[in-house]
Amino acid sequence: MRLNLIRFAAMAIITLLSFGTAHASTLNDVKAAGHLKCGINTGLPGFAFTDDKGNWKGFDVAFCRALAAAVLGNADKVKYVNLTGKTRFPALASGEIDVLSRNTTWTFSRDVDLGFTFLGVSYYDGQGFIGRKSLGIKSAKELDGASVCIQTGTTTELNLADFFRSNKMKYEPVPIETNAEARAGYLAERCDVYTTDASGLAATKSTFKDAENHMVFPEIISKEPLGPVVRQGDDQWADIARWTLNALIVAEELGVTQANVNEKAKGTKNPEINRMLGKEGSMGKMLGLDATWAVRAIAAGGNYAEIFEKYLGTKTPLGLSRGLNALYKDGGILYAPPIR
Amino acid sequence: MTRDNNSHSDKANPGIKPPPANTVGIIGWIRKNLLGGWVNTLLTIISIYILWLALPPLFDWALLNADFSGSSGKECTTNGACWAWLDQRINQFFYGFYPPESYWRVNLSLILLLPALAYILFENLPYSKYGRWFALSYPIISALLLLGGAGLEVVTTDKFGGFMLNLVAGLAGIILSLPIGIVLALGRRSKLPLIRMFSIAFIEIIRGVPLITLLFVAVIIVQLFLPPGVSLDQLVRVMIMITIFASAYMAEVIRGGLQAIPNGQYEAAQAVGLGYWRSMRLVILPQALKISIPGIVNTFIGLFKDTTLVIIIGLFDILGQARLLQTNPDWMGKVDHETFLLAALFFFIICFSMSRYSINLEKRLDTTNK
Repeated sequence: MRLNLIRFAAMAIITLLSFGTAHASTLNDVKAAGHLKCGINTGLPGFAFTDDKGNWKGFDVAFCRALAAAVLGNADKVKYVNLTGKTRFPALASGEIDVLSRNTTWTFSRDVDLGFTFLGVSYYDGQGFIGRKSLGIKSAKELDGASVCIQTGTTTELNLADFFRSNKMKYEPVPIETNAEARAGYLAERCDVYTTDASGLAATKSTFKDAENHMVFPEIISKEPLGPVVRQGDDQWADIARWTLNALIVAEELGVTQANVNEKAKGTKNPEINRMLGKEGSMGKMLGLDATWAVRAIAAGGNYAEIFEKYLGTKTPLGLSRGLNALYKDGGILYAPPIR
Repeated sequence: MTRDNNSHSDKANPGIKPPPANTVGIIGWIRKNLLGGWVNTLLTIISIYILWLALPPLFDWALLNADFSGSSGKECTTNGACWAWLDQRINQFFYGFYPPESYWRVNLSLILLLPALAYILFENLPYSKYGRWFALSYPIISALLLLGGAGLEVVTTDKFGGFMLNLVAGLAGIILSLPIGIVLALGRRSKLPLIRMFSIAFIEIIRGVPLITLLFVAVIIVQLFLPPGVSLDQLVRVMIMITIFASAYMAEVIRGGLQAIPNGQYEAAQAVGLGYWRSMRLVILPQALKISIPGIVNTFIGLFKDTTLVIIIGLFDILGQARLLQTNPDWMGKVDHETFLLAALFFFIICFSMSRYSINLEKRLDTTNK
């Protein structure tokens, strides 16, 4: 009930806000401002974090950089706005950011009801549980009566309720604001199990000193397609952002990398690469950009595979394998429409 | 009789002995405070036992067994604390994302803060006439230094962070909330109904709402009421909210002080022909504020700690920086306690200093006859 009230209030505010802002062309606004306002997480390992110099890095950040490179010609022209689970949607609706790239799950109500446009899926995730082996259970379906550490304001919270209700089990939620606190709470035994997206669980488990005493339960209880989001009503801007994401995926498919993109932009025997990199056709012009938009987007941080391996892959402390996020021809479900 | 008199009479009357050795000095203090009666003795023994249990492991963890060098959490291999990040990250804990080539501007405004504070807090300093003027203009000077303009490179407030952000937001709130609180407290006791009702409504509404709600309003809803194209700086919005929140509490603290002043003081002030403002300024407020010092400092300390809520607008104060480091894949899971400990240490230093100063001020202004 309380959740519904809060959600109603949030929606009312968002609706009000969107009246005020659904006018101008975001592309022109971004060009006039000279920088892209990109909403990112306040800190999530692998997806958004800072280096020693205070620069933002990560999988979500890489998309901001690619988009800024495509639109403004410079991947550094990004103003990062750090958003919590609660502030992300109002910030997008009010025009405080141009694009939201913050591990946001694409759901029906967010897409339809809140008036946003999801640009595609940049990471296929799913919610799982981690628990101590000493609990003596092998499956999440035996969790009746358990206390569960959970991040508030996320789809994880709702999935959890659904999972326990459909399996006729009871649980005691231990609500927590950030991932780091949830981890600390779990280690301090404030809860029996901790639930979040599988990528987060793997990252969390890798940091435990006694990782062998913990297990990730086999059940994945939800689909969590994460992707960047823009406001509804500016189709040109949505197209630019969507095809920047697609270009990164297509680039992996076609073997275009950060290292060879400038070489290939001079022209190749493959017409698809030529179209994407602006040698043939007029894809850039259709978007309202110049011909080499995709060249810059790929040069900013590499293609999808390069970005993934740099921030999330098996060589990073997170050690995530591609899994579902491999290309369709490599056994995953990553599949970008052709650039034609 | 004071001790001087005693020693004087010692010489005159050699028959009077000095107090027994075990009632004065350290031994006397220990006997009186730690071992006086069996309850005290028991408590002392238990306390020493708890300290003996807790301190050596803490010391081992934090210093003896700790790792101090390395470039990622993996290099922290001992069971102790991992301090290797200090080297690379301490600047971000202090300055946030402030451009490193301009760190001197933060440092300078911090250095200037010391004399400015000294001239406000302590009497009997040399050149105090100029010093007061300097202290009054300090907020403008430091704003200029921190934000830039007038020849300095402009730094936007989203680059503010770390402990410097706590200090900026906290000090601004402290400086502004006291006068606003005084005005509100006087307004609430005013005989003019309009002013009284406004003050009561302001205080009760602000006090009746959690600070975090006010901050959400500032961040999300204020945008609605501003004309299109106009946007108020996010940090300014948050500082305004923290200030008015603290002001409402401050008003009630000061009202408590005002109510403690006997009616005779008001009547006496009127009897010597002082008007409202002069009687307040010369007679009532000096006494009321003196009584309220513990409450005022209490509110200041609360306000200072509330500055950590700037995380809501995506700014990273020292606590935010701690959390940020915890999410860096290189350090993840290795530095949870260490970073929070550092942040806590900074807060403790500032809050404890405030509390000690208030005790000092109370003693200095103490005019009761003891």
